[in-house]
Parts: sequence; structure tokens; C-alpha cells
Amino acid sequence: MENIQTITRTFDFSGYLSILEISYILASVLFILGLKKLSHPDTARSGNLWAAGGMGLAIIFTILFHKMKLDDGTFQGIHNIPWIIAALIIGSVVGWMAAKKVKMTAMPQMVSLFNGMGGACAALISMMEFPRMQTELAGHQAATMLNGEALAILLGLMIGGVSFAGSMIAFGKLDERIGDVKSPVLRYINLSFLFILFAFVIFVMFKTPVAGENWMIYTLAGLALVYGVTFVMPIGGADMPVVISLLNSFTGVAAAMGGFLYHNQAMLTGGILVGSSGTILTILMCKAMNRSLLNVIIGAFGGSSAAGPASGDKTVKEISLSDAAVLLSYSQKVLVVPGYGLAVAQAQHLCHELENLLASKGVELKYGIHPVAGRMPGHMNVLLAEADVAYEKLQEMEDANNEMNNTDVVIVVGANDVVNPAAEEDPSSPIYGMPVIKVWEAKNTIIMKRSMAKGYAAIENNLFFMPKSRMLFGDAKATLQKLVAEIKNL
Amino acid sequence: MNELLEFLLEYREAIFIILLSIFLGIEVISHVPSVLHTPLMSGANAIHGVVIIGAIIVMGHATNVLSMILGFLAVVLGTLNVVGGFVVTDRMLEMFKKKKKQQ
Repeated sequence: MENIQTITRTFDFSGYLSILEISYILASVLFILGLKKLSHPDTARSGNLWAAGGMGLAIIFTILFHKMKLDDGTFQGIHNIPWIIAALIIGSVVGWMAAKKVKMTAMPQMVSLFNGMGGACAALISMMEFPRMQTELAGHQAATMLNGEALAILLGLMIGGVSFAGSMIAFGKLDERIGDVKSPVLRYINLSFLFILFAFVIFVMFKTPVAGENWMIYTLAGLALVYGVTFVMPIGGADMPVVISLLNSFTGVAAAMGGFLYHNQAMLTGGILVGSSGTILTILMCKAMNRSLLNVIIGAFGGSSAAGPASGDKTVKEISLSDAAVLLSYSQKVLVVPGYGLAVAQAQHLCHELENLLASKGVELKYGIHPVAGRMPGHMNVLLAEADVAYEKLQEMEDANNEMNNTDVVIVVGANDVVNPAAEEDPSSPIYGMPVIKVWEAKNTIIMKRSMAKGYAAIENNLFFMPKSRMLFGDAKATLQKLVAEIKNL
Repeated sequence: MNELLEFLLEYREAIFIILLSIFLGIEVISHVPSVLHTPLMSGANAIHGVVIIGAIIVMGHATNVLSMILGFLAVVLGTLNVVGGFVVTDRMLEMFKKKKKQQ
């Protein structure tokens, strides 16, 4: 490393900067192209690699060529290179192992966790830059900290801190370590915290800089962390994908603040790109659920949604395994509607087995995928793909609904809210208006469920009480196993 | 008012980049199928790991022990975001590809 540095330092100074700038331009272009390619199924994987390449380029060139202008007008290269490389290696090994080992079902948590790391990184940068900036301003006898640099530092800390704390809570919720806290009071606490945060940033900016007086930065960090927690706490577990996407765009903005601070174009473009595309993605996800972003954040699900008919006098009908086996074997068209229960039970391979078994009997089995089934959009596609289910077997919601009248049997595997007729029939229901898979229009419906518990939206599902519905209680995997064995024995 | 104009002048390049990037981000994402929402979010998650460059710069100019420790931590966290983010995204997309080959 010393050698490389001596070689690179023999270039004249303007050479360094232009090489670094060119590498940043290249990195930005790679980010943009990577993101573009990520939005098409055929090119998505290479898009990811392109973006990763851009990142590697930016990192290596920063270590080699970055220069900071000192007060005396000289330029200083990057120091502590062995430490930086050690940190890079630790982060790479841990990140790689964690990402490779995580189960497909735990993917959403992992994304949230990594997002939190980025937020924390941005917050730490601000915490280190603030004392330096304040000392510098105090040296120049500045009256206030009213400048772009201070704003970038404070906002970077605030947004990064909120993103970190929020992501950790989202991680805990998806991992089912943290429950939902639903209280209307929390809404007001949230709003006042947000107000205090912004007020505090403005207060700090109008303060006279005093070298060594750093309590403000720790206070701001603390406030941001608390707000991150109270922001995510009341939002229901089912809405976590939207929250993660939103926090993702927050982290992007926090990274861009760093870019603003260092006049670093790669950080600026990369951060803002994620900030804006993340916001759009968040809105698209909300649209897929037919809800507004505000509605998600305020948390309309649960709590007050006790509306709906009482279910006390209604009874459900169970179906025995052998009856289910006979029914399936003598059908022509079967549709499987998977939900989060399938992911939890890891039953995707058994679904595929059932599909093959039925195919050998001349029964056609397809999968009806609701856009927000599971814990993330596309969650079911990924799971079924893992079990080698062919792409053309996966039907989108509209196609599945169009063919519903001709479908003999629908098997609902661990889905609930995405097949709830209340979304169409009951205007008082919190999910009213959300597009759902109309499984009740099929000739028969078999619902595999662990219990009569409600789905994540915590509302009653009338589907279970409909005349054509039959319940098959038990863990999705165990039940499917028995069902497959039963069909083989016919 | 004067201060605002001065601010705009001083940071005109950054503001230019920010505005263009906002439109670019919106344009690039707008017509994405819902199947790809998750990998795309994950990929974007990895891209904002670019914040690691800031961490390297801070670490590279750290002089006292406290800033060394914080800088080290920042670089580790940033790397986790970058490496973990890209690897998770690749694992998700790997499954889409496997399926394509079989067709």
C-alpha cells in the first residue's frame, strides 16, 4: 500500500483530482444504469452487479486519490489506510456471511438491518464532522452556524439517526421480537417530536459556534434515535415493507447530505437517486395496497377497526384430508393462493410437489399471486421460484380473477387479508377498496390455516363462513405433506 | 434574501446535481413491475451505501482516538450496508434467473 501511495503521489496534483472526479462520474453512471436495469426482470441481476462495480470503483479511488485541503492551503491524502482496510474487510466478511446465510423468509428483515447500518454510518460521519466544523467556524469568529455545511451535517445526523433507529424497530417487528404498540396518543407524541427535532436543528444553526462545545450534537443524535423508535412503533407489522422502503429513501438523503458536505458527486448522485426512487417505490407499494402513504404512517389498520359483523353465531365447515384429496384429484383447474403462512411454514417445495403430483393426474395447478401477499411485494414469487416453480405457473391477480369462474378448487395457503371479500363488500372495513383475489367465485375453496386467528390487518374474514368454503386447520407444511400422501394413496 | 442568493450561488453545482438526480430517480423507477419491488428496494438500499465514501474520508483524516474509533465503526457499518445489500439483492435475483433458464 505504501508503494502504491508513493507512486500515485508522484502525479502532479491536478492529476489526482481529475482521476478521482472521473471515477465518481463513472460510478454515478453505473449507479443510474444499474438502477435502470434493476427495474426489468431480464436485466435485473446484471444491473445489481453494475451498481456494485460502481461502488467498488468509488471506494478504491477514494482511498487512493482523495485529498483534503488543510487550513494552511496544502493538501492531505487519506491516512490510517491499514485501519480503513481492516474495517472494510470486517464489514465485507460479516455482511457477506449474513447475506448468504439468511433464509429467504427472513430477507425483508435483512434489508432493514443493512439499511439501518447505512443510516448509522451517515449519522456517525456527522457526529465526527460537527466538532471539526464548529472549531473552524469559531476560529473565523463566525456569529452563527448558518451555512450549507452545518445544515448538511445536522440534517445528515437527524435523518441518519431516524433511519437507523426506525430500521432496527422494523427489523424487530418483522422478526417478531417487537409487537405493535397501537395508541392514538403516540400520533401526537410523534408529531411533537418531529417538531422538536426541526426546532432544535434551527436552534443550533443560530447558535454562536464555540470550539469544543459539542453537547448539541449528542442531544440531536438522542432526539433522532427516539423519534425513529416512536415513528415506527405504532405502524403495523404488515406495513413494514412500506416503512423499510421509506426509511431506505431517508438513508439515501442522509448519504446525499454527506455528498453535499464533501462536495462529493458520487455520494450526492447515489444518495439522491435512492432518495427519489425510494420515495416513488414507497408510493407504488402503497398504491398496490390502495392506501395512501399518510394512511400507512398514521396506521389506520387495527385499533379502531372493530367494525364489521359479529361472528359469534357463524360456523365454519371443516374438510377432511381424504375429502380434500378426492376433490383435488378430480378437478381440472386448481389455483393455489399463497400468503405469509406459506413463507413461515416453508411450504413452497410441497406446493411444487403437489403441483407435479396433480399434473400427473391431468389436473392443472396454478398460483394466484397477490401483489402484496407476504411481507414484501414479490415475496411469494421469490419463494416459489426457490422451489423451482415455473414462471408461467404464476398468475397475477387480474388474470387469476378473470379465470376464477372456471376454477374448480382454490387452495388458500396461509393468506388472509388478500382474499377477504370485505375489501369489495364492506365499506366500513379498513381494507375496503384494496384489490383482492376473489377466491369465493371459484366452485370450491379450501382454506389452510393454523387457527381462526385474524390476519395482519386484524379484521374478520367472511370468506371462512361462506357456503363454498371449507377449512383445513394445521400448519401449512404438515397439512400439505399429509395431503400429498393422501393423494398418492388414492 | 441576499444570504439565500449567496447560498444558491455557493452550492449551485450541488443543487443542480440534486435536482437532476431527483428527476432521474423518478424516471428510472416509474414503470417497474410489482414482482421487482423487493429486489429493487434492496438494490437501492445497497446503492445508498455510497455513504461509506464519507466514512473513509473521515477515517482518513482522523487524528484523535475517539474519531478513530467512530470512524472505524462508520467504515464497518458502511461496508455492511454495501456488501450485505448487494449480496442479498443478488441472491433474490438469482432465483428469477434460474427459472428463466428452465423455460
